Amino acid sequence: MNPFHYSRPTGVQEAVHLSSAASRFIAGGTNLLDLMKENISRPDHLIDITGLPLHDIQQTAAGGLLIGALVSNADLAWHPLIEQRYPLLSQAILAGASPQLRNMASTGGNLLQRTRCYYFYDATVPCNKREPGSGCPARTGLNRIHAILGASEQCVATHPSDMCVALAALEARVHVEGRAGARVIEFADFHRLPGDAPQRDNQLADDELITAIELPADNLANHSNYLKIRDRASYAFALVSVAAALELDGDRIVDARLALGGVAHKPWRDRAVEAALIGQLVSRETFSHAADALLQDAEPLEHNGYKIKLARRGIIRALSDAAVAGERP
Amino acid sequence: MTTIGKPLDRVDGLLKVTGKARYAGEFPEDGLLHGSVVSSTVAKGRVLRIDASRALALPGVVAVIDHLNRPRIASYDDAFQDADAADGSPFRPLYNDRVLYSGQPLALVIADNLELARHAGSLVEIEYETEAFETDLLAMQQQAHASPQTPPKPRGDFQAVWIDAAVSLDVHYSTPIEHHNPMEPHASTVLYQPDGTLHIHDKTQGPQNCQAYVQKVFGLEKSQVRIFAAFVGGAFGSGLRPQYQLPLAVMASLALKRSVRVTLTRQQMFTFGYRPRTLQRLQLGAAANGRLLALGHTAIGQTSRFEDFSEHVVEWSGMLYHCDNVQLTYKLVPLDVFTPLDMRAPGAALGVIGLECAMDELACALGMDPVQLRLINYAERNQNEDKPWSSKALRECYREGAERFGWGQRNPEPRSMRDGRQLIGWGMAGGVWEAMQMKASAKAHIDAQGKLTVSSATTDIGTGTYTVMTQIAAQASGVAVEDVAFLLGDSSLPTAPLQGGSFTVSSVGTAVQQACEALNAKLLNIARQTYPVFKDAEAVRFEDGLLHTGDVSVSLAQLVKDSGEDALQVQVDSEPDKKREGYSTATHSAVFVEVQVDEDLGTIKVRRVVSAIAAGRVVNPKMARSQIVGGVVWGIGMALHEETQIDHQLGRYMNHSLAEYHIPVNADIGDIDVVFVEEHDEIVNALGSKGVGEIGIVGVAAAVANAIYHATGKRVREFPITLDKVL
Amino acid sequence: MSATPNGAAAQPFVSHSIRLSLNGQDRQLDVLPWTTLLDLLREQLDLVGSKKGCDHGQCGACTVLRDGKRINACLTLAVMCDGAELTTIEGLADGDQLHPMQQAFIKHDAFQCGYCTPGQICSAVGLANEGRAHDTAQIQELMSGNLCRCGAYSNIRDAIEEVLEGKS
Repeated sequence: MNPFHYSRPTGVQEAVHLSSAASRFIAGGTNLLDLMKENISRPDHLIDITGLPLHDIQQTAAGGLLIGALVSNADLAWHPLIEQRYPLLSQAILAGASPQLRNMASTGGNLLQRTRCYYFYDATVPCNKREPGSGCPARTGLNRIHAILGASEQCVATHPSDMCVALAALEARVHVEGRAGARVIEFADFHRLPGDAPQRDNQLADDELITAIELPADNLANHSNYLKIRDRASYAFALVSVAAALELDGDRIVDARLALGGVAHKPWRDRAVEAALIGQLVSRETFSHAADALLQDAEPLEHNGYKIKLARRGIIRALSDAAVAGERP
Repeated sequence: MTTIGKPLDRVDGLLKVTGKARYAGEFPEDGLLHGSVVSSTVAKGRVLRIDASRALALPGVVAVIDHLNRPRIASYDDAFQDADAADGSPFRPLYNDRVLYSGQPLALVIADNLELARHAGSLVEIEYETEAFETDLLAMQQQAHASPQTPPKPRGDFQAVWIDAAVSLDVHYSTPIEHHNPMEPHASTVLYQPDGTLHIHDKTQGPQNCQAYVQKVFGLEKSQVRIFAAFVGGAFGSGLRPQYQLPLAVMASLALKRSVRVTLTRQQMFTFGYRPRTLQRLQLGAAANGRLLALGHTAIGQTSRFEDFSEHVVEWSGMLYHCDNVQLTYKLVPLDVFTPLDMRAPGAALGVIGLECAMDELACALGMDPVQLRLINYAERNQNEDKPWSSKALRECYREGAERFGWGQRNPEPRSMRDGRQLIGWGMAGGVWEAMQMKASAKAHIDAQGKLTVSSATTDIGTGTYTVMTQIAAQASGVAVEDVAFLLGDSSLPTAPLQGGSFTVSSVGTAVQQACEALNAKLLNIARQTYPVFKDAEAVRFEDGLLHTGDVSVSLAQLVKDSGEDALQVQVDSEPDKKREGYSTATHSAVFVEVQVDEDLGTIKVRRVVSAIAAGRVVNPKMARSQIVGGVVWGIGMALHEETQIDHQLGRYMNHSLAEYHIPVNADIGDIDVVFVEEHDEIVNALGSKGVGEIGIVGVAAAVANAIYHATGKRVREFPITLDKVL
Repeated sequence: MSATPNGAAAQPFVSHSIRLSLNGQDRQLDVLPWTTLLDLLREQLDLVGSKKGCDHGQCGACTVLRDGKRINACLTLAVMCDGAELTTIEGLADGDQLHPMQQAFIKHDAFQCGYCTPGQICSAVGLANEGRAHDTAQIQELMSGNLCRCGAYSNIRDAIEEVLEGKS
């Protein structure tokens, strides 16, 4: 690790004012320290935000929840309100990382996890995300784990978070605060596609700090499912994951959410596909159409073509399981 | 009193569960320096320039050692050839400007503390002149040359019989590169003694191998180097050869006359030996009744440009089944990579995948039960050597394993069993490994309190050596287990072979037994001289720390006192039993596996495994079971998870971390039932025990693959069998 | 204590004083910002029971308990442990009386080489504290953050089940 300075502010504005282009906020540190040890991230100043008052989960006036950015992944997943009202989120968090990492990692930090692309993680090889303009060996190299949707010539990396896939489906909102003040970013807008600036994973400015995640009220808790498909039974990143949630009136779909992980530079969601599900009857055929629609623009690389088939089947499986209340396998 | 055969708890268990067991990189010393290895980022070429100025500018950085400023090392190959060296010219760290593979150590940064060394290492800049390289075995297979270690000569007329057989099969399999990845990264702590000698704590499976290596490479006297390895955090073959952190740490220590520790990072654990990728071809010809008429097994393995690493990949196909027309071929392709290295059941773990998957395919082609096919072709002799077996209870393995598993209930039809969305498959395979014995020495020492200390320069890499040697010594000496200590992991102890190949119990155990017997002879002699009742006593026995005859007994402690010495000791050098010469000796197994495969998603889980093992007498059933269970887990990893992936454009391993190189986690492992079948063997060695470190893995990956076929109807021949291959 | 910055950065890098309870003992320590909890334990305090298997949160060998919860010491900065109560493998036993989890690991031969063992045991104690593992499958899933290359997983499960059953 490069040497760095350390400070521990106690207020959000104080933290924000300490920040610079070369500083990083640190909470759980589970990804940042990993990246620093690999010389991928080289901040000269770490701002420890764990002393900030962002550790609570509160109910909002609108009937949703406001989750402090410093709530640990484990506390969030096992919080009674989350388990009752947003089981999809609970399930997604518990599908990720390990119990130790979930005890450490923060809610806000989870959004800022960087890709597990092999080339990004090896500082000795080219990578446009790590070193813009250096090239993307993954395009023609080992790309079994890479993106099938929304990739660019410059970058085919995927976003590694499970939690974010659920947050995308739940239409969470990201509360941030910077020197210029606070703003709220819709989850769908928070992460970026790589385009020609793959070094930027999200819309956050250097001085901006995630303070909370807001979950709107919904009627999806009875019919949701997070399906994670990976190379071993646990403690592995998703090859494909699916967050599916439905609001049903009998067999008729009243509301639908569908987000994919492991397939793109951000959690992949298509509102048109969800809209098309509304009013339909629950059936394999309905779900199959939704899968085809969501994947119609998928483009395989040499080694990841299987993800299209896998995602298709995963979508049908996750939606089918979501439709069956109380019978999640 | 028999302690052999008892499920004794590990005698080193207390140290391990309290964190008090110290491993190679955990010996502190005031002023200890820390080394950080700077590795090559290119696969082939020359180092033009190493700029260490930024590193050296940091206070606390003591030195940066590279090929230009290193201490003198030997210039002939034989100095670098250790006890497990492959044919050729061994790798010499920091020898010259040549870059032979990506990840090669090119410089060592020495600093006051670990963090500084790591950081300074990241500041060393290396300029290269690169050259074209080749790392792809598949692309280069036409360049294969014969292995220096040749398989048994062909027997019969394979080609003619195979072509004419009622059923003939020609199938190709491939297995990937795998890395040992013991949990403890390789480390060496060189403690520079006031007299200039070196005390080195090293992660090794052979302290004396490392001692000889350091001595020869650096031109030192034997007395100047002593290697310790009290605890080894797993090795699985990675400690059979001295790894480069050892000479690097020694270089720094000699150059600076200081104590130095070098610990590799996890990423650097992918920069030396590994299980090589293989391409295999199996050609089987059988009569309609299942009789195997012809068998051809060709394997192509990868090696480095500088050494020809060879292992027994195809031999097993000539010995596991009776077949009169056999052709075994083994070739190597040199690539711009490091030399492979023995890894748990080297060769067998690979070759038996091909053989046992092909046997399953043959059983399907014949419409015959896979166990039945194996029984029909049971090898009563080892045809490779044309010798009878010293013992072979493989039939009992098939029978008891099948019974425990419930194999009789199996519907042979693929896709015939399911549990909800999960397709269920049952598969089986057999396994075989040599039961070798090496020369070994041991010392037995008893003091005037009756405490017995037995020692030999072997290691305990998790295998239970401390415990089983204690049991063997207790049994042979008649001293209670609590009064026996076994010392290992010190090159100054009596000679022991490398700990590998499942021959430690057989070799060192025999020496331990003989040393204790010799010590008892000495004690009896004292008793005869001292006590009239023992003078001509014929029926004497050693038990509970006493020497008995009739109703009379004398403590061994008393006999030591009677001798007038403080303690008595005996050292013996044991040789493989002459009885072995006319026989083939081997362990065998039959593995039965149940898998579930998600019919839509392709995710695979091994639900249960029954492993029936024939390994002679089991010294400690608790520890032996753990060895087999561990082998099964390794087999599951081989079947489903493990693969080191090279980017052939870069000539570099890209998944060099434990996040992306998948070994099984707890949730991957279902029930594992281990059965040790009765196998009495008076030929293999005096203990009748064959060793169990390797046999547990052999056959498992094939059994899993066969079960996946049974579940899905899909035959995947390219390992590991990841979900994308069964979708 | 201070270290010199790399290059021409203006301020020197300073160490920070932290207080923590370590295995029941109050400690005051000066740590540099980049020192991980794992390096503090192993390199400075000679508590080498917490192991470094990967240094990247990918193996669990460094698992310790912070305020009763299991964490990876390799991805924790020591400076961020100010005020924490830490228990490492060295602090689990009560004098000569082993923790039940340590005893169960010996009894069930839940280790071979022993290198992952301190992390497994601390993780298992953390799992017991969480109270979320009610059957074998849950134990398996919630122990999957601790790799064991020797493959002692089924014995580890047996050891933990015995301790959890003893509690209920």
